[in-house]
Amino acid sequence: MENSIQSADIYALAPHHRFQWEEAQQSYVILFPEGMVKLHGGAGEVLKRVNGKASVGDIVTELKAAFPDADDIENDIIGMFDLAVGKQWLRKV
Amino acid sequence: MTQNSLGDSVVQKAVQAQQQNNGVAASTTQTQPLWLLAEITYRCPLHCAFCYNPTDYDKHTQNELTTEQWIKTLREARKLGAIQLGISGGEPLLRDDIEEIVVEAHKLGYYSNLITSGVGLTEKRIQAFKDGGLDHIQLSMHDITEEINNFITNTRTFELKKKVAAMIKSHGYPMVLNVVIHRYNIGHMKEILEMAEALGADFVELANTQYYGWSLVNRNQLMPTKEQIEEAERITNEFRARTESKMKIFFVVPDYFADRPKKCMNGWGEVFMIVTANGDVLPCHSARVLPNMQFPNVKDDDLGWSWKDSPAFNKYRGDSWMKEPCRTCPEKEKDLGGCRCQAFLLSGDAEAADPVCALSPHHHLIEKAIEDAQNPQLQAQPIIFRNDKNSKKIIEGELEARVSEFHALP
Repeated sequence: MENSIQSADIYALAPHHRFQWEEAQQSYVILFPEGMVKLHGGAGEVLKRVNGKASVGDIVTELKAAFPDADDIENDIIGMFDLAVGKQWLRKV
Repeated sequence: MTQNSLGDSVVQKAVQAQQQNNGVAASTTQTQPLWLLAEITYRCPLHCAFCYNPTDYDKHTQNELTTEQWIKTLREARKLGAIQLGISGGEPLLRDDIEEIVVEAHKLGYYSNLITSGVGLTEKRIQAFKDGGLDHIQLSMHDITEEINNFITNTRTFELKKKVAAMIKSHGYPMVLNVVIHRYNIGHMKEILEMAEALGADFVELANTQYYGWSLVNRNQLMPTKEQIEEAERITNEFRARTESKMKIFFVVPDYFADRPKKCMNGWGEVFMIVTANGDVLPCHSARVLPNMQFPNVKDDDLGWSWKDSPAFNKYRGDSWMKEPCRTCPEKEKDLGGCRCQAFLLSGDAEAADPVCALSPHHHLIEKAIEDAQNPQLQAQPIIFRNDKNSKKIIEGELEARVSEFHALP
């Protein structure tokens, strides 16, 4: 993993991808042509905040505030961005 | 529709995505019908020899579900967890209520995929699909009919595809092409890929023919040699390596030339549910070939019961039904013994290992099929194109000689 995700970067969901809560799965999912990825709680919390406006840094700050007890949350969040960008679920704005 | 367009490969894609997303909870299936495939009509303007639709489809063209029945089905399936919707056929655009179905699918939160040959797609209809919330259109290439030459030689069909492709792109849809590969076009891989690129495709699925329905009847006419497949794969890899374009290419390897079977539908009644034009509820495209099975129908049965409790959907769930060599096979979880329909069609035993498996006692049937496909006399038999006339003939037993080696009407 390179340090490709910068704090000032802004991301949005890639075209033809949809993020939504799935009642039957009790989780957030990303949908794309003919496929679906189920996201665990933490990943869902990150992607929920990706809106083409908030920067990575904003999202880190917000999540730190929302989950004050979580250790080393920043690395997890950056890791999640790295994965989501690598999978082309997100595009840089 | 083309057999791979919503079949194994797609389920695999979804499942692979789940398995490979390290860092994200990978959940294996929880027997929810994540995929709902609506085979909304068996009527089709095309007559593809490789169509996987049942050869007796003509029986099911007069009793199609109504719009209301489809909408009710979509609602019930959504409650069961269905999220990806495939609208397929036949040619779905032959129905004039796809617009209504798309709107309802969007309201319900489905990710909806229209699987079409493009024939009948107009500016007006695609605009209505876009407005209604259709998420994705997959365009098939249907180049084995008389049109193969037109297509390959850049004439009439190419013009139609070009027009439809441009329409799809101009409405902001990704350009997803599915090309079924067989003896008649496997020698044109480079040209097919170049054409896909010229059409502006984002994704191309090169789906080697699998032998069900019409393609099984035409197996001797369609099956390429192993060398041809290897060459096609080599050309594909070469194209991938040198192309500057972002076009993604999936090459779906044919199971007859593998030594282990595919994990068909990712398991019987695991993630996939098909509702056919007449309302039958099936765990896979060709399940109706299996003996002693009564499949539920949305006209009479509750969809939740159909999925969870019907004897048909429970028959091959898990592995307790397996016989040797599958039962004690260390790889049984990998492929779940392969395809039940292929096992029955070829061996006459629905619980047998898929004959594609080198460990199957029926594997010689696959070797013979590969050999037969190179027999000039068999090759010379005419192709039986998928059309109403031939379907009627097959139902009436007139083409008996072409189906007698199979244990059910393909």
